[in-house]
Amino acid sequence: MSQAVVDVPPKGGFSFDLCRRNEMLSGKGIQPPSFRKTGTTIVGLIFKDGVILGADTRATEGPIVCDKNCEKIHYMAPNIYCCGAGTAADTEAVTDMVSSQLQLHCYHTGRVSRVVTALTLLKSHLFSYQGYVSAALVLGGVDVTGPHLHTIYPHGSTDTLPFATMGSGSLAAMAVFESKYREGLTREEGIELVCEAICSGIFNDLGSGSNVDVCVITKGHKEYLRNYQMPNPRTYVSSKGYTFAKGLTEVLTTKITPLKEKVEVIDASDAMEE
Amino acid sequence: MDLNLDAPHSMGTTIVGVTYDGGVVLGADSRTSTGMYVANRASDKITQLTDNVYLCRSGSAADSQVVSDYVRYFLHQHTIQSGQPATVKVAANLIRLLSYNNKNMLQTGLIVGGWDKYEGGKIYGVPLGGTILEQPFTIGGSGSSYLYGFFDQTWKEGMSKEEAEKLVVKAVSLAIARDGASGGVVRTVIINSEGVTRNFYPGDTLPLWHEELEPQNSLLDILSSTSPEPMST
Repeated sequence: MSQAVVDVPPKGGFSFDLCRRNEMLSGKGIQPPSFRKTGTTIVGLIFKDGVILGADTRATEGPIVCDKNCEKIHYMAPNIYCCGAGTAADTEAVTDMVSSQLQLHCYHTGRVSRVVTALTLLKSHLFSYQGYVSAALVLGGVDVTGPHLHTIYPHGSTDTLPFATMGSGSLAAMAVFESKYREGLTREEGIELVCEAICSGIFNDLGSGSNVDVCVITKGHKEYLRNYQMPNPRTYVSSKGYTFAKGLTEVLTTKITPLKEKVEVIDASDAMEE
Repeated sequence: MDLNLDAPHSMGTTIVGVTYDGGVVLGADSRTSTGMYVANRASDKITQLTDNVYLCRSGSAADSQVVSDYVRYFLHQHTIQSGQPATVKVAANLIRLLSYNNKNMLQTGLIVGGWDKYEGGKIYGVPLGGTILEQPFTIGGSGSSYLYGFFDQTWKEGMSKEEAEKLVVKAVSLAIARDGASGGVVRTVIINSEGVTRNFYPGDTLPLWHEELEPQNSLLDILSSTSPEPMST
């Protein structure tokens, strides 16, 4: 029986080897580290000349707001943008990955990317991970076939809609859309409606907050309006300032560890013998 | 109340497929739910596989979309290789092969319906598990539980196109009235030798059933009007 151990390259996909150990640990009361989620309100709507996407800017780690001004509208192609809700790492990674795949496809075909291409790449990736890649996306763009808006769920299903909302604040935003959306909105009306929907999420959902990002995509032109509205300004700023002069803090003990080692050579006369 | 927005997207659904003298009529509601939230109130559950074969999807939205995408691709290749439109039987069998061979991982009930020149209009049911059954009519989805008795009583052979479509719309609207996971609009697709016709019946055009009420004007309207009108019976 050969004892040879072949160096096998690591298999792709997820490794569930530690699941039993994690279960045992949580049984003992040790909490798993919480990962960064984008609580989120993301929306998209189709207006007369194209697509408008909107998002809030709060990223949460359990109950803590870890980023007060993060970017949730990700670039996919010059004419396609994607808002992401769910685990921040998953949305970033999946949109970056598909964005590179789209660019390669663009070079290969010699044509401007289509929204359905991005849709198919995203949905097949998410489906093959059976919902474990926790990314809920609102994908919008304008290509030769016209404006498109799609929602993509973590399990890989997609919907094509004239207006869509995702994330923890989706119910609040959808309420605004259902009452005020109509076909053939102008650019100004569309942006106003998107801001209203995001603000509804920001103020009524604990997982969403801070500012409103808007992205307007029309035929041949796009506008990424970062922090279009900032309805949560920082109102208290300490008059004393936040720098502290030397000597204000009491020193209790001092210990100095030199970083450079002192090496003593004892006997240099004995040459090394072979 | 926890809406469970992380639940996988499922189509609660009522789907119906019925043959008539000369073709088939497929019908479905339009509600896609994520836990207790309606994620899409106007979805299209009847997807095209080829020019003459359509598929009604129920169960997990992701699983049914992926299966229909694969089968559409295989049928496209099959059509190019054989030089003529695919038969409904071939489409149904391809669906069945995917459903059966991946039965542990998929959760989707499908109805394949279409028209071809050899067999005419045919309906095949491919429920969970991957059985294939050729039937004159079939129902599926969570709302279908409420329709078994209705079809036993009302179905008959050799209906006309109008009768068949009316039956389908009535059936789906009955299921919508009783099943929480079905709702929205009723979509139908009629396939026969002449081609394909898609119809759309908005929710407010559907008949109301026992104890369902007409929408009432809100009494709050009185507050906004200048002179209060006396209540009339």
